[in-house]
Amino acid sequence: MGLRAAALFGLLFLNLPLVFILLYALTTDDRSFTFPPPGLTLRWFVLAWSRADIWQALALSVEVALAGMGLALLLGTLASLAMFRFRFFGREAVTLLILLPIALPGIVTGISLRSAFDIAGISFSYWTIVLGHATFCIVVVYNNVIARLRRSSPALIEASMDLGADSFQTFRHVVLPNVATALLAGGMLAFALSFDEVIVTTFTAGQQETLPIWMLAQLLRPRDRPLTNVVAVFVIAVTLLPILGAYYLTRDTHDASGSGK
Amino acid sequence: MDEKKPSAVSFRSVSRHYGEVRAADSLSFDIAEGEFFSMLGPSGSGKTTCLRLIAGFEQPTSGEVLIRGVSMAGVPPYERDVNTVFQDYALFPHMSMAENVAYGLMIRKIPKAERAARTETMLAMVALSGMGQRKPSQLSGGQRQRVALARALVNQPGVLLLDEPLGALDLKLREQMQVELKAIQRQVGITFIYVTHDQGEALSMSDRIAVFNKGRIEQIGRPDEIYEHPATAFVAGFVGVSNILSGPAAAAVAGAPAAFSIRPEKILLAAPGRPVPADSCSADGTIASVLYLGASTRFGVALSKGGELIVIEQNREETAVSASARQGQPVRLIWQRAHIQEMRP
Amino acid sequence: MSALAADAPARGPLRRFSNFLYRRPKLTLALLLLPPMLWLGVVYLGSLAALLAQSMFSVDDFSGLTVYQPTLKTYGELFQPASLDIILRTVVMAASVTLGCAVIGFPLAYYMARFAGLRAKAVFYLAVMLPLWSNYLVRVYSWKLILAKEGVITWLFGLVGLDGLLDWILALPVVGGPSLSASYIGMWVVFMYIWLPYMILPVEAALERVPRSLIEASADLGAHPRQTFRNVILPLAVPGIAAGSIFTFSLTLGDYIIPNLIGNSRPFIGMVVYSYQGTAGNIPGAAAFTLVPILVMALYLAAAKRLGAFDAL
Repeated sequence: MGLRAAALFGLLFLNLPLVFILLYALTTDDRSFTFPPPGLTLRWFVLAWSRADIWQALALSVEVALAGMGLALLLGTLASLAMFRFRFFGREAVTLLILLPIALPGIVTGISLRSAFDIAGISFSYWTIVLGHATFCIVVVYNNVIARLRRSSPALIEASMDLGADSFQTFRHVVLPNVATALLAGGMLAFALSFDEVIVTTFTAGQQETLPIWMLAQLLRPRDRPLTNVVAVFVIAVTLLPILGAYYLTRDTHDASGSGK
Repeated sequence: MDEKKPSAVSFRSVSRHYGEVRAADSLSFDIAEGEFFSMLGPSGSGKTTCLRLIAGFEQPTSGEVLIRGVSMAGVPPYERDVNTVFQDYALFPHMSMAENVAYGLMIRKIPKAERAARTETMLAMVALSGMGQRKPSQLSGGQRQRVALARALVNQPGVLLLDEPLGALDLKLREQMQVELKAIQRQVGITFIYVTHDQGEALSMSDRIAVFNKGRIEQIGRPDEIYEHPATAFVAGFVGVSNILSGPAAAAVAGAPAAFSIRPEKILLAAPGRPVPADSCSADGTIASVLYLGASTRFGVALSKGGELIVIEQNREETAVSASARQGQPVRLIWQRAHIQEMRP
Repeated sequence: MSALAADAPARGPLRRFSNFLYRRPKLTLALLLLPPMLWLGVVYLGSLAALLAQSMFSVDDFSGLTVYQPTLKTYGELFQPASLDIILRTVVMAASVTLGCAVIGFPLAYYMARFAGLRAKAVFYLAVMLPLWSNYLVRVYSWKLILAKEGVITWLFGLVGLDGLLDWILALPVVGGPSLSASYIGMWVVFMYIWLPYMILPVEAALERVPRSLIEASADLGAHPRQTFRNVILPLAVPGIAAGSIFTFSLTLGDYIIPNLIGNSRPFIGMVVYSYQGTAGNIPGAAAFTLVPILVMALYLAAAKRLGAFDAL
């Protein structure tokens, strides 16, 4: 079927480019993007290992991602519990507010934060980065947890209370085990999202470099081409794992209208 | 009332409104200690709402619910000496059967050894010994239902609530469970409050039945009272097959146009012209429909003076063939005056 | 035995607190909702307000410092021909990217929704979602490698002897350029590649929601497959396409990295914003320019809502 071929072509179109990066990370040519590569080598991987600036950028990325993930887990879970349990006036407004940071283009979020920092006289720091990341990561955790909550039976909570457990005990023994995997998945996705993020980060990081910012600087003013490829390969690997993991954990809660970010 | 022990459960003018909807409308009744009390009615009649008010999942809009004489206003479900068997069992999926059953004990910090012992006793009582390690997903519907029962009973509650627990089971299993439940209740001596829409279940298991309709109770009484002497047309129709004659048709038979009902098995299907005893009424008509039910046959008789009566006869000598052959025959219906039940409008 | 639970645990403070909350559902709701709402309200909404405020400030021409006085001067800069030029360029690119995504994405989504078996569908989902979640920068960069003058595309064209075609494409006025990785065409391709999943997913969801019975009814009433497609399936897919287009349009409007990397140095809105707030330190200018995509998107969203896009999200 022509349609099937078109579909397969589309899939290849989407995923093949990443393979090319790996290829280029191994090429012996360090000055241009010649295809096919003249030779293959692991030299660049070794070189990247010894670069202090790459390690620093990596460390910052991880720290920011962990903090962002933590805050998102806390705030996202509280929000989903509230929205699941109660019917109240203004529910749609709350959903919109949670969605907005990720619905509006990154540049809007970035500039808004920058404007706010400028007016309030806050200077760039680790916390300004985390502020931005946590904000758009909340929705990721929220979506995962509330999808899982909606699939569970409300009778379970009633049964727990009926058997003598108060709200806190019920949360600990019944609710938490139920949403544990959704929390894990949401956390991992939040980590991946934060680790990858470059648009908002550029506006909130000042002189500091997360790994994506390091890469962006390299791309705009290329100096170490093959090293950039190596870092790219590394980034693909690091973000691939949480995403696959999260997908695996939430397989049963996917419905037909699964949306993207 | 003050000298006697307080009732297990008391409703005092309890109402539960959802905006315009009156799920429970100013209900007042008492449930005695140790009785098997059924709340019977169609869906939306308020029986489940009452159950939830007793359990504590809902609070009354007005009025008071008392358990053993103590008001439950503002008391959360986990503070009440009441346990529930849910309609869909609500077993915790991430725990094994034994852990499910022991949940209430675990919450109350009962030591492990005692927990294990009590769980085993309970599982034995519901005929599920040795299966403690299985997860709910590995059990059949009937088994899950028994785990739910064990989980509730192991806490020795003062009152046990059952919300249509047998609804999801097939007929044979349901009948078996009805017998078992009744036996367990006798054995344990706890007050059972049972919600169902199946009148056969209510009749066979209960000490007393409350018939619900649209948020109000139409009648409370023993099963035989409810069946033999339904107080309203609704009760007569909901519990068993009812024959209700009113207006001119009633007048033709009983002399007055007041509505009355008579149970179909109380009517004798006789040949036309058969003499009528002094304590009985009669009506003449023709057989309009015949329904073979195996153990009995159900005849629909069109009365010559208007109206229709259903007669159910045991097939002691009758067969399907001979029964259906009677279609169209003229008959005389005879029943005792004592069996007539007047209808409140 | 009493009315209250037998051998209940000692009424510890936690249980008393639970009872307290149980009687006050509104308070419980407030406690749960307050932290996230406070955060989002202050950090996010506050920032948006700051954005608006900044766009009304201006930069002193001589000192280069921001003047915190309300003025319309910065807005005035938006209406200069150079700025209008930039805005037009960005909007045109956004529109053509959206069109391209719709054309390429639709067959894929159609196949996924109507023909893929259960397992194939899961694989497709993963294959579409994976690039969506992987690093944006890496994906853009990979195309720079592919489009480079000495890269894969050139090699491919050379392999099938279509060198001439490639040169002709590059020689086209306006859209061409020295190499694919520095031209509008290249930019257009990369944009499409990056935003394609955003288009595919809502379209697939919309197509999947078309009940089989409708298609069967159409066939039963005598329509050719092509007619059924045009009259039944396509109109029902429009909300999905509209929803997807919201993403592709809005993301293209605000992007500054792709035009920078794959562009020919002609400025786009995103790039202007980026450069303004960077070394130039012209935050009011950046803020004012950012309002443009917000306004454009507000109009676009209104139009898309008409087409039913919101129901397909």
